[in-house]
Amino acid sequence: MSKRFDINRTKDKLFRYFGVACTIFGLVMLAIFLISVLIEGLPRIDWGFFTSLPSRKPENAGILIPLLGTTWIMVLTSLIAIPFGVASGIYLEEYGKKNRLATIIEINITNLAGVPSIIYGLLALEVFVRLFGLGKSLLAGSLTLALLILPIIIVATREAIRAVPKTIREASYALGATKWQTTWHQVLPASSGGIVTGVILAISRAIGETAPLIVIGAMLYTTTIPTSPMDDFAILPIQIFNWLSRPQHGFIINATAAIIVLLAITFILNGIAIYLRNRWQKKVKW
Amino acid sequence: MVKEMATDKLNAKNINVFYGQAHVIKDVSMSMEANSVTAFIGPSGCGKSTFLRCINRMNDYIDGFRMTGKMLIDGQDIYKKKVEVEALRKDVGMVFQKPNPFPKSIYENVIYGLRIQGINNKSVLDETVERSLRQAAIWDEVKDDLNKSALSLSGGQQQRICIARTLAVEPSIILMDEPASALDPISTAKIEELIHELKSKYTIIIVTHNMQQAGRVSDKVAFFYIGELIEYSETKELFINPKEELTQNYITGRFG
Repeated sequence: MSKRFDINRTKDKLFRYFGVACTIFGLVMLAIFLISVLIEGLPRIDWGFFTSLPSRKPENAGILIPLLGTTWIMVLTSLIAIPFGVASGIYLEEYGKKNRLATIIEINITNLAGVPSIIYGLLALEVFVRLFGLGKSLLAGSLTLALLILPIIIVATREAIRAVPKTIREASYALGATKWQTTWHQVLPASSGGIVTGVILAISRAIGETAPLIVIGAMLYTTTIPTSPMDDFAILPIQIFNWLSRPQHGFIINATAAIIVLLAITFILNGIAIYLRNRWQKKVKW
Repeated sequence: MVKEMATDKLNAKNINVFYGQAHVIKDVSMSMEANSVTAFIGPSGCGKSTFLRCINRMNDYIDGFRMTGKMLIDGQDIYKKKVEVEALRKDVGMVFQKPNPFPKSIYENVIYGLRIQGINNKSVLDETVERSLRQAAIWDEVKDDLNKSALSLSGGQQQRICIARTLAVEPSIILMDEPASALDPISTAKIEELIHELKSKYTIIIVTHNMQQAGRVSDKVAFFYIGELIEYSETKELFINPKEELTQNYITGRFG
């Protein structure tokens, strides 16, 4: 008997060591990556790096245009994806009937969230760039990314809405509220933390996307500052890609510096998301 | 016949309810007088809550719900197409099993029903809050912190806030779905006392698992069993001298 216990206990221990080893491996790789990027890129980051136009000389080149492009894309994508995504989530969860069609839609939305992003790029190239004639514009790029993150926002919205207890809705209906009043006054305030968290995470994914925007024709090199949604654009990930493919070591350093900027943006967005989620969890207790 | 109907506050005629294929209410007919307290008793799953929720059409949002028969309130069929369900629910208030205040202040909880009607006049709202909280016998306990979150109150207090919230929109019927089942005995006693007081102004229907409670608060009792209304009579009559054997077995605790 005791021998079997010993074996089981050994197995238990072994698995624990295995798990710890896997975790450490992941963390160490991440740390090596971060540290090497920081060592190489951090000294390059100065004010000029943010305000300079592209240049053939690495020390004069800056990320002004791709940074503006990424900002434009972030804002436009949010403006397009948030209303559509949240409205779809509300409809599916509060208004739609729970029948077979709803199940099919639900499965498809979940699948869409897993479609490789380059496929969205191909779709966008055909529909937005050519059919709608939007060209290689910021608007076309934002529509593409909006499409890409729409499923994520819908799923996050639905989950946040579903977490609101049914009893709250019933209380509201029982006082003579309509469905919309109940959604607006009770369900949305109670689920806003979850929705905002999902939206921010979706946007932080969108700004890192490269493939679909390369497909629709984002610029590898442009010197015009984007001033309207119909302008050509460059974005940070593509700028990084571009610099990394240059032979001069100076451009490699520029690329690492740009990576730091991109990482900082995503970290900040994720940080906000985590902060909001924690605050929301503390505030609402049923 | 027509005259008789007119004196009843509520008149249910041959109500049948289906959830998909399941036949959960079977041909129930009953009537209730104004300013009376009626208790629905019966074992779990007997349909008493379902029937209660037919009276303010709370089952409408349940997929697969289907009802036949006529539900008349003041002689009007509440399932007619032209009936506005929101107006109906304003007239037929509901208090739930688990206290379910909104995650808002006490004040905002009480006036929610007015806010959604677009009433924003401060003095009207203030008046309504005081009147409703007084009627729900909780004014003295909360009058100094109306801006505190309703969720910070005890379960019994929360339930009385929910009752106040219902009273604020001035219903004529109040449906109570086991309003005291989640509460301690002292809070339960307060709710029962409240029911006695509210009777003078409202018609009250209460679902309860507690037969002593049914005996204490109600004028009439309806006993449901597997979707059927087995017996419906004066409270004393039903408890002392039940006509049906099933009722007798249930109230003496032989099953349930």
